[in-house]
Amino acid sequence: MEKFITLTSSVVPLPIENVDTDQIIPARFLKATNKDGFGDNLFADWRYNKDGSPKTDFVLNNPTYSGSILVAGKNFGSGSSREHAAWAIDGYGFKVVVSSFFADIFRGNALNNGVLPVVVSTEFLAEVFACVGSNPSTTLTIDLKNQTVTNNATGKSETFEINTYKKECLLNGLDDIDYLLSKKEQIEQFEKARV
Amino acid sequence: MKTLFDKIWDAHVVSTVEGGPTQLYIDRHFCHEVTSPQAFNGLRARGLKVFRPEKTTLTADHNTPTIDQDQPVKDPISKNQLDTFAKNAAEFNLPLFFPLGHIKNGVVHIIGPENGFTHPGATIVCGDSHTSTHGAFGAIAFGIGTSEVEMVLATQCILQSRPKTMRITFDGKLGKGVTAKDLALYMISKLTTGGATGYFVEYAGEAIRNLSMEERMTVCNLSIEMGARGGMIAPDQTTFDYVNGREFAPKGEEWEKSLAYWKTLNTDEGAKFDKEITFDAADIQPMITYGTNPGMGMGITESIPTLSEVDEAGRISFQKSMEYMGFQPGEKLEGKQIDYVFLGSCTNGRIEDFRAFTAFVKGKKKAGNVIAWLVPGSWMVEKQIREEGLLDILTEAGFALRQPGCSACLAMNDDKVPAGKYAVSTSNRNFEGRQGPGARTILAGPLVAAAAAISGKITDPRN
Repeated sequence: MEKFITLTSSVVPLPIENVDTDQIIPARFLKATNKDGFGDNLFADWRYNKDGSPKTDFVLNNPTYSGSILVAGKNFGSGSSREHAAWAIDGYGFKVVVSSFFADIFRGNALNNGVLPVVVSTEFLAEVFACVGSNPSTTLTIDLKNQTVTNNATGKSETFEINTYKKECLLNGLDDIDYLLSKKEQIEQFEKARV
Repeated sequence: MKTLFDKIWDAHVVSTVEGGPTQLYIDRHFCHEVTSPQAFNGLRARGLKVFRPEKTTLTADHNTPTIDQDQPVKDPISKNQLDTFAKNAAEFNLPLFFPLGHIKNGVVHIIGPENGFTHPGATIVCGDSHTSTHGAFGAIAFGIGTSEVEMVLATQCILQSRPKTMRITFDGKLGKGVTAKDLALYMISKLTTGGATGYFVEYAGEAIRNLSMEERMTVCNLSIEMGARGGMIAPDQTTFDYVNGREFAPKGEEWEKSLAYWKTLNTDEGAKFDKEITFDAADIQPMITYGTNPGMGMGITESIPTLSEVDEAGRISFQKSMEYMGFQPGEKLEGKQIDYVFLGSCTNGRIEDFRAFTAFVKGKKKAGNVIAWLVPGSWMVEKQIREEGLLDILTEAGFALRQPGCSACLAMNDDKVPAGKYAVSTSNRNFEGRQGPGARTILAGPLVAAAAAISGKITDPRN
């Protein structure tokens, strides 16, 4: 996994609530047996017409907005547990998703792929949408070490939550599986003790 | 004093990571073809074996056709995924592999309980959010991502932060014609689609105790639709009677020992939950959804909220969803013409659902304007449908059975509802495009589905 430290970027605004993982990556794209190419179908049904041409009114097709931070309405990533949603977001080039609320499974999947979910207050989120609305080149700075998110248009900053273990994993590019494999002996002891 | 959740969680803690999550031991891992291939690739890349092969049960269900299952799968990409699944099961020596055509094949959350893999007190995971179904037995069961599938295969453990706990109590009795699905859709409409995020829910109260094992599975199945990590019901005689005698359930002395332990699995009096909610079961009527998430539900006789009844931040999403569904705010849906009916899925694809549907349509005829897909959750359910004579009644009423699988619930196969068409569906999600690009889903229980199939319209099954 890639290391994550700080990031300053313009943002792509998606002010829709309850964006479920079926919208992030529809089920018909889950037939692959590897992790490649999901970024091309990120938000496929909102992004493309039936004939595959881009829907010009969707934000990913609007050249005004770009950057590696996606800013979305509350309860982002609800529904299906498909990790393909995190692969699609990562594959498209987003490193951070900012929202006022995330669904549990998506949040875990994102972290396991080095994509940082940043929870901000409803007010902060509304202000980011407003700033980006009036100036699309508005940037946010995400500082993982200090756990802060800053709206550079207003200078306003908030701290965000992440457990120290996951933070270390992201800062050092480590996976959970590395940790679990180091505990093999303990797992065997646990199994023996239960019988 | 501990909750049911605390008792099971605490019994599975291998270690606690400093400043972080818990290392939790997993008793049963279910696996399907769609969310597992990348996990097996990960094992290969790291040169790892499956740590406890007998603790993983595998079935193909999501990306499978529901006709001609004895023929080679036509879609080459789907075929490749199914072949990869079989190759992985063989390469990693996984003995509990139930591929397409196997007598034990079917929807993962249906074949697990019916074969006796699901036990009270167990920790159960699967790369599928509806794993919460198994909580009906008094288990901690939840959906995981593919990275976590890899962790479980490699170590039989995952890292999880301890969720908060919530108890939802249903006092009183459900009315006539009101099903477990209606109870769940009612609850989700009150809590909203994210209202239980961060929580593990225990369902309690008279109306829950009175549910059969299959009805309890329907309720727990839908826990994720209000964002809950999982849902559970304390095991009782209903649970023990269901598990006893099933092929992979404990036997003999092992059964007696297990039973004694399972009887201790309930929430101690006075144990604290982070949140408590109480509903009166008598307030619930047959439910339908009108929008594009499962929280957008209402009683079948009620009207869609008006714009002013929706909070301001949610209005863009609400209007988007009305546009997608072709409905007007404030509109009543009873009497509205529909095009498709889907009976099936891990929510409502069990024998009791087919019994309820069949009892309603008996002696009636399917409406000419309706295409009905009746998809048993497993071959065992299919066999029961035949043996109990339900198929004859269904055939007489103009219905046909398809072969088991997830089918139109997520429409990965050809069972897609065409754009703009309305489907009354017993599945679990009415998201945009869930049942096919542009498909308009109205979630409901098996009785509302049966009534719609007969009248061709949204119809109150109590009339």
